Amino acid sequence: MELQQEVEQFLYRQSELLDTKQWQAWIDLFADDGVYWMPADPAHKHWDGVPSIFAEDKNLMAVRMKRVLHPDAWSQRPLWGTNHVVSNTIIESYDSSEVIVRSRFHMMELRRDDVRHFAGAYRHHLRKTAEGYRIKLQRVDMTNAQAAYDYVLQVWV
Amino acid sequence: MLQERVPDLSRRLSDFVEPDRVRREVYTDPAIFELEMQRIHERVWIYCGHESQVPKTGDYYAVQIGRQPMVMVRGADGKVNVLYNRCPHRGNLMVGDRQGSSGEFFRCSYHAWTFHHDGRLRSIPMMESGYAGTPYGKDHPDCSMKRAARVENYRGFVFASLSPEGPSLKEFLGEARVAFDDMCDRAPQGEVEVVPNCFRVIQKSNWKIFLENQLDALHPSVTHQSTGRAAHEVEKEIEKKTGHAPLSYHMLSAFATVTIDKWDNFQTLNYPHGHCILTGYMGLRPKDPDTLAYEKTLVDAYGHKRMEEILGVNIHHVLIYPGLSVQSPLQQLRAVRPLGVDRTLTEIWHFRLKGAPEAIYRRSLAYYNLVNSPATLVNADDLENFWKCHQGLSSEGGDWVSFARHFGRDIQNGERVETAANCGTSEAPMRNQMKAWARYMAAQ
Repeated sequence: MELQQEVEQFLYRQSELLDTKQWQAWIDLFADDGVYWMPADPAHKHWDGVPSIFAEDKNLMAVRMKRVLHPDAWSQRPLWGTNHVVSNTIIESYDSSEVIVRSRFHMMELRRDDVRHFAGAYRHHLRKTAEGYRIKLQRVDMTNAQAAYDYVLQVWV
Repeated sequence: MLQERVPDLSRRLSDFVEPDRVRREVYTDPAIFELEMQRIHERVWIYCGHESQVPKTGDYYAVQIGRQPMVMVRGADGKVNVLYNRCPHRGNLMVGDRQGSSGEFFRCSYHAWTFHHDGRLRSIPMMESGYAGTPYGKDHPDCSMKRAARVENYRGFVFASLSPEGPSLKEFLGEARVAFDDMCDRAPQGEVEVVPNCFRVIQKSNWKIFLENQLDALHPSVTHQSTGRAAHEVEKEIEKKTGHAPLSYHMLSAFATVTIDKWDNFQTLNYPHGHCILTGYMGLRPKDPDTLAYEKTLVDAYGHKRMEEILGVNIHHVLIYPGLSVQSPLQQLRAVRPLGVDRTLTEIWHFRLKGAPEAIYRRSLAYYNLVNSPATLVNADDLENFWKCHQGLSSEGGDWVSFARHFGRDIQNGERVETAANCGTSEAPMRNQMKAWARYMAAQ
């Protein structure tokens, strides 16, 4: 139960960093070789070599963050905000150094006058370090992504 | 007094287009949109898909041409057919999914009429008793699925025209054929195959706004500056740490390093059917080991001289009016499917060069993900501009859209209109597209 609570707290903190737009702190949750991956196809098993909505190492995350913070990122000018709810946390496996945990998310996004909803599943591959958990791989299967994209995603979900 | 807001359609269509400007209703009037679908999209050659999307007999892909739901399907004879996605009996869609396999034949989900993959009726339940004494049956044309009037394939790329008349596909493409030649020639085996994932992105704007943007050389350094600068910063950091940054950073940083004044150095070539070519700027032939290994596969296949010719083709985009934008050196294309006057679907595909090393595929895959996915670092700002453009054009703040940049300096070279030296940001591609538009729209 202690492990369950630990990883839940980690997932809650991660989504709070997104909702409060603390991009660098969010990136810092990843291990140096960590990858954030949103597959284009739920059948894909590995991010390498297949089309992906996101397949980002920390360098690409830095590009995304710097871009979003640039005053001329036109698509980011209008007011926008998000609210994540993370739940249904299931520990898939664990040992002394790593934990694999699945969860479900629901994100409400406000952009200009429009409210949109995004939902799906996370699968976090977490590594235990002296500073706490670090993400080796976060897989995001967003259900919306199976239909035509009537939106753009400018930061991570 | 209240203003009359109903568009003035008593105006002749030719009054909407002048050589260097266009009236705003061309983008916003639903009646003009319907006419465009009839007179342009449902007449000219429209890209349906690549034959590798339907490799086996019975494999199908649904595709929209103008207002018509169509289905591209592989027949038992190996040919790719394009049919109206409609059962001739009661009008049911024959396939409801976007893609799949129909097996040996199509079978309607409503009353089990079945059809061969070329559209011919195969069977009707209890046909003899049910239709005795009527003219209906296998030989009656109203009992078969309707076929697209014309279907042609150029190097694996399948096009259909819903009009029995008009130029052949080859004539229609003209010099814009280079889009497919350049893409396929870069493969050591001379052909490409589709990567089986399609990014389908909806734009909240008229379809022509996207096409005009494709060869608009003035916009990149303005629209995409934020990404160019961010990528350039990180590229420098990686180079400092490891000595070498992946090519994908260069593709993004080019938006910032090619400053606004340099874009006039490029050139656009414009053709009578509305097609245009924008010459390249990204410098996609570095001297790294992956590129050299790839060059060797081309030399083995074609010899050194031909390899140099193939890799010497310098293209950024080829626009095939009215519905396709091809980026041949990176093996990707965007097919434009207008959904409504203010809504446009783009289907974005990536292709693999048959026989080329895996690293070359991965390099263009990075571009496909970063530029064309819904998490795009690039198109997001285009989509924002397209939406804003459409909103502004819907207002009464002005009647005209200006395409006057470098107007009067274009060079007519036979059928081709070339931008003059140092006029790469010319709005010649927009003028050329609207000239073709006016010609198509005037044909009854």
